[in-house]
Amino acid sequence: MSSGVSKTQILSMYKLLMRESQKFANYNFRSYALRRVRDAFKENKSLSEPKAIKKEFEYAKENLNIIRRQAAIGDMYRTEKLVIENLNQ
Amino acid sequence: MFRLANKIIPAINKALLQRSSSKGNGIVVLLQAQRPFSDKGNEQFSIKTEDYGRPLYFDAQATTPMDPRVLDAMMPYFVSYYGNPHSRTHAYGWESEAAVEKAREQVASLIGADPKEIIFTSGATESNNISVKGVARFYAPRKKHVVTTQIEHKCVLDSCRALEGEGFKITYLPVGPNGIIDLKELESALTPETSLVSIMMVNNEIGVKQPVAEIGALCRSKKVFFHTDAAQAMGKMPIDVNKMNIDLMSISGHKVYGPKGVGALYIRRRPRVRVEPIQSGGGQERGMRSGTVPTPLVVGLGAACELSGREMAYDHARMEKLSQRFLDKISSKLTHVIRNGDPIHTYPGCINLSFAYVEGESLLMALKDIALSSGSACTSASLEPSYVLRAIGTDEDLAHSSIRFGFGRFTTVEEVDYTAEKTIKHVERLREMSPLWEMVQEGVDIKTIQWSQH
Repeated sequence: MSSGVSKTQILSMYKLLMRESQKFANYNFRSYALRRVRDAFKENKSLSEPKAIKKEFEYAKENLNIIRRQAAIGDMYRTEKLVIENLNQ
Repeated sequence: MFRLANKIIPAINKALLQRSSSKGNGIVVLLQAQRPFSDKGNEQFSIKTEDYGRPLYFDAQATTPMDPRVLDAMMPYFVSYYGNPHSRTHAYGWESEAAVEKAREQVASLIGADPKEIIFTSGATESNNISVKGVARFYAPRKKHVVTTQIEHKCVLDSCRALEGEGFKITYLPVGPNGIIDLKELESALTPETSLVSIMMVNNEIGVKQPVAEIGALCRSKKVFFHTDAAQAMGKMPIDVNKMNIDLMSISGHKVYGPKGVGALYIRRRPRVRVEPIQSGGGQERGMRSGTVPTPLVVGLGAACELSGREMAYDHARMEKLSQRFLDKISSKLTHVIRNGDPIHTYPGCINLSFAYVEGESLLMALKDIALSSGSACTSASLEPSYVLRAIGTDEDLAHSSIRFGFGRFTTVEEVDYTAEKTIKHVERLREMSPLWEMVQEGVDIKTIQWSQH
């Protein structure tokens, strides 16, 4: 691949983003992050131009770092769970 | 459970009584006596729930949670870069200044403005004050008339009230039953004396969108400045201040998933709009808003604006999906539900519904698992029906039974379903208790009843 970003790299980035998003303590942020990552990868599935792929990949990397930091902050200031989270217990 | 019920039921009765006594009737009391609330506890009337935990957030028009990406952009300016952006003599100041200028660009590019036209303030209330009072006072020697609408936010209306005290003439335009102003009425309200027209872009209570581009064109042709309060519209719909001929625009940080305590004011440079500053001081922000610019907050506002520009299409599609789902659910189970405001020219994330024959406050109390409001947060402490609903001609009883459902970027489908189900359940429960509802079911038209005086 001429873009310099291989398919395996993209896949592992996706997995990493999903795994880290799962760590948000806040229900809303967690659901949003998972949904947003999934939708963004779906949206850019047909991207073929190497430059565009590289750009999106860099954006994903940037967001991975944000998610890691913010999930850690959220973890420090946990709250009681939402009504909806307690429903299925 | 009974302790809880004993506490709440009298409150509901009291509320019912208060409402009915204003019409001076004895019937409601009598009917209630026939059906006293017994401790046997019919399940249908029970408000006891098994659910526990924090309520779901459905009040996105009051404020929005801060996006983690925004907080992430702000953190370095809380932790490390604490310089005063106005300090010109050292690196601490320069780095803060650079951050503030970047944020200014981020805000400007979302609305198609020049960064120099953005002034940072403490929020949309301050921006509205500077716009309304500032323009009116600056042009006071020649022009002493301001036009606004009856459904503006309190801070615009109160600013106008203050101007009235200073001898200005204010026209409060009425709105149609759908909440939208009539352009012809606006045109006839404009006089050579008029210095400013202030009309909000999206209403905070009923979500209706005003025809801002048309208003802008009209104001430009009459050489009147046009101010719009875009606190509820910013980042949610495309805005271009040049295409829409907007001269001043108020922006709020905490309605675009940004921090609280910061906002911005767009103020046109060509043709130049001049305002008399409200706050005196060091002359920051081109002399229009003195006071040190709060770097972390402004960085947050900038990040929030850039983010909402990037996410606008995605968020908007989502809002439409969620609101459609919610409305479908409600209308499939409940009748006599009225949506306040225009159903088409509206922001889909704000749904204001009136549940006929149900008292809004009782419903809000029953829906304690959901953070809702009957109107704007500013007036949520009072039991008075909202002035916005009164302005669109909602009947007194329907205005009392209105609830605003506000969806946001972080609202999930599960939350929407839960809220719809709970709403349906409690509206049915409250209607089952209501003598008025019983009469409606029997085919009595409530409006034709001559309530006896006593």
